[in-house]
Amino acid sequence: MLLGPALAVSALLFTIGVVGVLFRRNAIVVFMCVELMLNAANLTFVALAQRLGVAGHVFVFFVMAVAAAEAAVGLAIILAIFRHRETVDLGNINLLKG
Amino acid sequence: MTDPHAGLAAWVWLVLALPLAGFLVNGALVFVRPRANGLVTLVGVGTVAAAFGVAVAVATAVGPAHEPLVFRYWDWITAGALRVDFALQVDHLSAVMLLVVTGVGALIHVFSVGYMGADPGYARYFAYLNLFVFFMLVLVLGASFPVMFVGWEGVGLCSYLLIGFWFNERINADAGKKAFIVNRIGDTGFLVAMFLLFRTTGSLDFGDVLARAPATFTAGAPLITAITLLLFLGCTGKSAQIPLFTWLPDAMQGPTPVSALIHAATMVTAGVYLVARCSVLFALAPVASAVVAGVGALTALFAATIALKQWDIKRVLAYSTISQLGYMFVGVGTGAYAAGIFHLVTHAFFKALLFLGSGSVIHAMHHALHATHRHGDAQDMRTMGGLRRCMPWTAGLMWIATLAIAGVPPLSGFFSKDEILTAAFARGTSEPLWYLWWGLGLAAAALTAFYMTRLMLYTFHGPNRTGEGADAHLHEAPWVMTGPLLALGVLAVAGGALNVPPLLGGGAWLHHWLEPVTAAAAAHLPGVHVSRGTEWALVVLAVALAGAGILAAQRLLRPTELLPARAAAPETGFGRVLWRKWYVDELYDALIVRPVQWISSRVLWRLVDARLVDGLLVNGTAAASRALGWLGSRLQTGQLGMYVAVFVIGVLALLSALAR
Amino acid sequence: MSLTEILFWAFSGCAVVAAVLCITRRNPVKSALWLVVTLFALAGLFVLLDAHFIGVLQILVYAGAIMVLFLFVIMLLNLGQGAPADRRGLAGGIVAAGLGVGLLLQLSVLRAARPPEAITLPDGYLTALQREQGIVGAVARPLFAEYLIPFEITSVLLLAAIVGAVVLAKRRL
Repeated sequence: MLLGPALAVSALLFTIGVVGVLFRRNAIVVFMCVELMLNAANLTFVALAQRLGVAGHVFVFFVMAVAAAEAAVGLAIILAIFRHRETVDLGNINLLKG
Repeated sequence: MTDPHAGLAAWVWLVLALPLAGFLVNGALVFVRPRANGLVTLVGVGTVAAAFGVAVAVATAVGPAHEPLVFRYWDWITAGALRVDFALQVDHLSAVMLLVVTGVGALIHVFSVGYMGADPGYARYFAYLNLFVFFMLVLVLGASFPVMFVGWEGVGLCSYLLIGFWFNERINADAGKKAFIVNRIGDTGFLVAMFLLFRTTGSLDFGDVLARAPATFTAGAPLITAITLLLFLGCTGKSAQIPLFTWLPDAMQGPTPVSALIHAATMVTAGVYLVARCSVLFALAPVASAVVAGVGALTALFAATIALKQWDIKRVLAYSTISQLGYMFVGVGTGAYAAGIFHLVTHAFFKALLFLGSGSVIHAMHHALHATHRHGDAQDMRTMGGLRRCMPWTAGLMWIATLAIAGVPPLSGFFSKDEILTAAFARGTSEPLWYLWWGLGLAAAALTAFYMTRLMLYTFHGPNRTGEGADAHLHEAPWVMTGPLLALGVLAVAGGALNVPPLLGGGAWLHHWLEPVTAAAAAHLPGVHVSRGTEWALVVLAVALAGAGILAAQRLLRPTELLPARAAAPETGFGRVLWRKWYVDELYDALIVRPVQWISSRVLWRLVDARLVDGLLVNGTAAASRALGWLGSRLQTGQLGMYVAVFVIGVLALLSALAR
Repeated sequence: MSLTEILFWAFSGCAVVAAVLCITRRNPVKSALWLVVTLFALAGLFVLLDAHFIGVLQILVYAGAIMVLFLFVIMLLNLGQGAPADRRGLAGGIVAAGLGVGLLLQLSVLRAARPPEAITLPDGYLTALQREQGIVGAVARPLFAEYLIPFEITSVLLLAAIVGAVVLAKRRL
């Protein structure tokens, strides 16, 4: 019964996350916006689970596990970059250039 | 398909194979053993002499046959409706040409042994000469237009190679180039005519085309006139008529035997042969025939005027050749195809004799100038004089040739030239235009007698102008060179017997021999007739003019007053115009050569090649790639933010695609 | 409006506002904290949507572990002040806003989508299942039955993540 609004909220949150990723230059903040996007997706799954079965909840379970792993590794990478470059500003990290 | 009655004529392929083998062997010797003069002589002369022998056999075998014998050897072109075989056609016309080419060719080969004996390029010379004979034979024996064209181009190639034989001198190489290029202009005409013939008759074999012609073409229609005029354009190039004759005088840069063989006896006569072969086509196009005769007559007179004032002995003979070729075209243009071919044969005899004789003279002059350490032009008549005392045989034989070319009876030239002029006059009785061509031809005859006598007077009579002490070194050429002169002299005297007209009690043998070939055309020509009285009057008139020319030359010219070239004053007035050949070369240069060069340089090179092709297409493509690459590189910034933005755009695109 | 709906809109509004604040704060610590608020609000939404277990997990794992990790790293790198050039400027802002609006529009098109009738479960099915198997059991049973292999793989994944994080963050290998 709350499916429509829930999906709308999810879409809104996802969009906010995208805007955040595009707008911010601090690597960690960008990462946080990615987590926001993941949560928006979780909301979608949970909302649809009411109609389509408990598999939605299981999926959210897995998403959380993967998000945790990803957060750990991602932050470790950021740490390693910070050690070399003294910065987490994404504008300065452009080794992929060319 | 081989005719079972062909007999010995089936050996015609051997006539081609022999000179070709000679070319291959001599060509190989050029690289392997260039000093092996003896072997080169054996192969070079032997193959052509043997070819002559086979030619005699073939000609005898084809005598009784009144249909052409066609021998097909292999499929050459098969494309849709077009079917061309490599095939040779032996009939009465090609038999005549065959004998002339191999016979006179063999004599000139013998002469070359002596003339070119000391030249380091001996093997190369004979290789080229043999190749030329091969191609000339392909030309006269070809059974279809394309095969003939192969020979046509091949002799052009050999002409280029031989004119520029001593290519280390710029002027010789240029002369070779000029000959080839001018010929090519004419060849376009030939090609277009071939295309048209195929389009209208559906075949390119002589047999098919000439048989279908009367049914396919309306007599006098623009189509057949265009075809024949285009063919004639090719003839003007190959046979040096107006407007494409300018290459022939320059071609004298080549060795003298080459001038004799290619530019007097054989290659330049290919145009006349073509018209005779396509007699049916020309008979169906009276306008074109009139053009042929007219151009021939004009050229005859034009070239004769130029010859009056030339000092180089070979130039005089070159212009004389152009003039005599004009006569041949008057003959075939008038419909007297046999007369044209007859003059072709007799001209081969006396013109080759004249050229070879001049070769002996030049040979002696070179020797004398070298021995006395003088720098002079060995070919300038002003440096010669009184040579009959040192070279009696050459002088006597050349006088025979001079009288022949002037048309003095009973030598061969008289019969052939007279038959042409009579035919022109006869045609004039039904179409008055022909009187004009006859008149021009008569004037040219008078001038011919004059300038040939002039040549003889300045070269062989009067005091010697070569310089002190030259007398001791001027002598007769060795027998290997004088022998062929003798043979040609005999032919020049007796050649008239080939076609003595009924007027003078003869049987017109050559005329009847060629009838199987010319009869088809005769059906479309107006039948003309002149009375015996008129014929006699014409003969007497022609002989009188010849005699007048000779006498006038002897009276008016003073060989004793001639100064050597180095001391001579430059020509003035009308004489200068004639000496500078009516400024034809200068005219062509201004009208054609310069504009073409300008267009090539300014337009085609600077604009089209440099700006358009190089700049726009080549560099432009590169610049476009570079621009695209630059555009692509702007995507690789290494900036994560930009990558994500593009990512999101992609997601948007996907979503919109999925949402449909 | 029923209590559920009021609570729903309250929690939604809270989540959205907190998310916006999260992406606009200059100080990364404040961003992280606002994100925590968002996660809490989302947890509330999960509970309202009958996903009690997931809601609790959200607080325990997401807000409790992952965000704490974030805060640790922020503190470790001493980013407390926030760099001046932390945002992408006007051009970047316009691009971001534009793409955001575009995405929103795209997603709104999907508003009308409904799952096909064939696979839709009857109303209240989920509640009945939870009553039957317990809140945890409803999730646990499929987890250990149909989704056993992904479960095991996830554990391997977590192991790999641990090892990877340790290796990457070490000062010296």
